[in-house]
Amino acid sequence: MTVLIDTVSAVLLLTGAVFCLLTGVGVLRFPDAICRLHAAAKAQTLGVLLIALGTAMQVPAKYSWALLLVAGFQLITVPVTGQVVGRTAYRTGGAHRPGLVVDQLADRLAADEEYVRGGGTLPGHRGQDPER
Amino acid sequence: MNVVFTVTLALLAASALLVLPRLLRGPGVLDRIVSLDVLVTLIVCALAVNVAANDAGLSVPLLLVLVLLGFIGSVTAAHLVEEREDIR
Repeated sequence: MTVLIDTVSAVLLLTGAVFCLLTGVGVLRFPDAICRLHAAAKAQTLGVLLIALGTAMQVPAKYSWALLLVAGFQLITVPVTGQVVGRTAYRTGGAHRPGLVVDQLADRLAADEEYVRGGGTLPGHRGQDPER
Repeated sequence: MNVVFTVTLALLAASALLVLPRLLRGPGVLDRIVSLDVLVTLIVCALAVNVAANDAGLSVPLLLVLVLLGFIGSVTAAHLVEEREDIR
């Protein structure tokens, strides 16, 4: 039984470490901020999940629940980080827009801008905020 | 298992070395934010492996704190970049 647990845990740990390595390659090599975010979000999450699982099989039960909690937090927080950073990257020029195959947000932003210029108001729009 | 722990830590260290140039060079603030986030997560991974390898159960709360701090830091910094247009 111990041998089986050790084998599964070793496979999980090594696969997770390889995914972490792929994250490093992606963050270093990808061309713009959104692509790097892609590598950082997906490969990194899988790497942390596998490593946390592999470690949780090795430690006493009173520690492994916390490691599973780490994996759960990672699953919840990484999409939020990815969304916020990706949104900021798009709006501040971190995205290489000519390289995008489909760019639906550009049409939407242009339409909003046109609407505001024509005298319309949008909820939460910067141009309508008197304090700025 | 000791060999497995060593190899895992070596791969994590190699990944950190790959991320480091992106953190130092940028070119944008967002690239640095992303690479810092990746570095924090790599440290969490390495600490988790250390818990298993050296029976260092005391650092388990540290893992939770690091995960949440990394999340809050990245989101806050990204919001600041969007609010202040001079720190792109």
